[in-house]
Amino acid sequence: MKFVDEFRDTQKAKSLIKAIHAIAKKLEPNQIKPLQIMEFCGGHTHTIFRYGIEQMLPDNIEMVHGPGCPVCVLPMGRVDDCVALAERSDVIFTTFGDAMRVPGSKKSLLQAKADGADIRMAYSPMDALALAKKNPNKDIIFFGLGFETTMPSSAFTVLQAEKEQVNNFSLFCNHITTVPTIKAVLDSPDMQLDGFLAPGHVAMVIGERPFDFIAKDYHKPLVITGFEPLDILHSLWMLLTQIADERSEVENQYTRIVQPHGNTPALTAINQVFEVREFFEWRGLGSIDHSGVRMKTAYATYDAEKKFAVPNIKIADPKSCQCGEVVKGVIKPWDCKMFGTKCNPENPMGALMVSSEGACAAYFNNGYNEKKQA
Amino acid sequence: MSIVLPTTKFSGKTITLSHGAGGKAMHDLINDIFVSTFNNTQLDLLEDQARFSLSSLTKYGDRLAMTTDSYVVDPLFFPGGDIGKLAVTGTVNDLAVGGAKPLYLTCAMILEEGFSIDDLHRIVLSMKKTADEAGVSIVTGDTKVVPRGYADKLFINTTGVGIIAEKINIQSNHATVGDVVIVNGDIGDHGAAIVDARGELALEISVETDCQPLNDLIQKMLKIVPNIHCMRDATRGGLATVLNEFAQASDVAIKLDQNKIPVKNEVRGVCEVLGLDPLYLANEGKLVCIVPENKANELLRTMKQHPAGKNSCIIGNVVKSPQGKVILETGFGGTRILDMLVGEQLPRIC
Repeated sequence: MKFVDEFRDTQKAKSLIKAIHAIAKKLEPNQIKPLQIMEFCGGHTHTIFRYGIEQMLPDNIEMVHGPGCPVCVLPMGRVDDCVALAERSDVIFTTFGDAMRVPGSKKSLLQAKADGADIRMAYSPMDALALAKKNPNKDIIFFGLGFETTMPSSAFTVLQAEKEQVNNFSLFCNHITTVPTIKAVLDSPDMQLDGFLAPGHVAMVIGERPFDFIAKDYHKPLVITGFEPLDILHSLWMLLTQIADERSEVENQYTRIVQPHGNTPALTAINQVFEVREFFEWRGLGSIDHSGVRMKTAYATYDAEKKFAVPNIKIADPKSCQCGEVVKGVIKPWDCKMFGTKCNPENPMGALMVSSEGACAAYFNNGYNEKKQA
Repeated sequence: MSIVLPTTKFSGKTITLSHGAGGKAMHDLINDIFVSTFNNTQLDLLEDQARFSLSSLTKYGDRLAMTTDSYVVDPLFFPGGDIGKLAVTGTVNDLAVGGAKPLYLTCAMILEEGFSIDDLHRIVLSMKKTADEAGVSIVTGDTKVVPRGYADKLFINTTGVGIIAEKINIQSNHATVGDVVIVNGDIGDHGAAIVDARGELALEISVETDCQPLNDLIQKMLKIVPNIHCMRDATRGGLATVLNEFAQASDVAIKLDQNKIPVKNEVRGVCEVLGLDPLYLANEGKLVCIVPENKANELLRTMKQHPAGKNSCIIGNVVKSPQGKVILETGFGGTRILDMLVGEQLPRIC
């Protein structure tokens, strides 16, 4: 298949793997621990597991699967808020498919749907807008979640709703921001990461510059990475080369998509509709300053938080969850006492078991239940 | 739809509660739509049960096989098929993959008040056409009508009986180290066709369901290799689920080569866009079997000569460990474990 198979070529993969092993061998004598490289984005985690990339890597390189799975980091209280909105008789609640299974403190959206709430899966917020036009007597709420990747489509939909005066449409805004989150990981005292594969589709929107501080202030090399398996290998090779050269720079592997300045119309729409929140609660990571956005007052008509009495429920993560440590690479999923026993994909307790893109679910689904199998 | 509807007094009408009330309206509907279409001597008698002489059964083998399945697909009509075709092939195939020769089916329908009788007629004609292709008769049935909103248009249940010939013994715990895994063609067509037919995605693809009876192909396969070890049709849960069932039941590992698993480009495309995995998509005309390696080539030749098996190929083999697991060699040089799916495949957001 064109534009897909080129990026999954086995021969090219082999030569990249060879090159990666060669650099890793050079680095090994100076290492006291394996090099820990974080892929921030859940999309990268998915590719790494889907193509079995981890087993191809040398033993002295360890992938740390970061917090960039927006479904995983959704706090239970937010899911409870969604359920409360969805269970209103005057509402049709629309959401991306993956959010359906995320457990709240009492139920998931999937269970709420089974209990009679009108909840529908959508592939785009524009589907929700179309539904609003078709159902003028109902309030259609779209559950906006995701990083800067999905933010522009939410923003454009709000702008379109305003333009067409579709006032029974509203957005329940739970969008989160990448850079403050990476900063929180970097500022954590037990942080021991050596470099980052940065999220390609976030960079497509925000550009390269917002990542500069990671290289300049924290002296960690970073490569903006695409989502095909060859992209991942190519970026790993670029990152290891930086480490071998003792450089820490922002490099862009995903040049076919990412422009240095990002996507101007998308950024304009985001800035028009959203503003940064003082803090946002994350599942597994706690509260992170400036890590979320809300809708500006000018768009209150389309803001589900202002339009409805959202209960704004706060629920603490289960005490025994060690998602935070897994996300920072301090422990591996199988080191968590709950992994595979109390916490599994059928009954996820922790954030990282929730979506197939979460590190723990990926480990579990791929049968990596203990160290020797990985 | 290509089926031409014969005109009846029901043309253009809709189902009402009286069509399930046991009176004249129901009697007429059964006669005009079901009996006249399915058209066989058992059904024509309109007794409360179909009757078969035992000798007419025992001539085919020494064991009776029986299976049942309910069909609730939405939409009722989709590219390459409809719920009626599915209701016949699904039950025929469930018998056939056990090595049985399917003979008779039942047909029970639950109709929603307000359902179009023309659509019902189309579906019944499609069942008849498919049953004829598969060489089975629909010999008894039932019709119920429920008030509007109590069912979604139409649900069908079919139960089937067939006969297993002597010495045929296909079981999911028979996979043996060294065996090979064979499929009869492209994977995931039905699942992709249904996603497309729901029309929510405005995809521009032309994937048709693979819905087809497999009993003729399987009978020819069994003539060549009577000791097929395992065989199932890869319906809900797809290829990955069936192979996990074999690996667990037989206490072996199954190793698949992703490069050898046939998937149409259109289906791959749908999966790429939606974040689905074709190995978990439903099929309605695909069997996966595990056979001794020394019989594989002979079997493949036979399968490829049959219209339902033109794209048959070997996709993997049975190894010792890790027991109970299915391992996929990714075609990219890595490996991963193909587990059973938890819940439904939900599209990923980014």
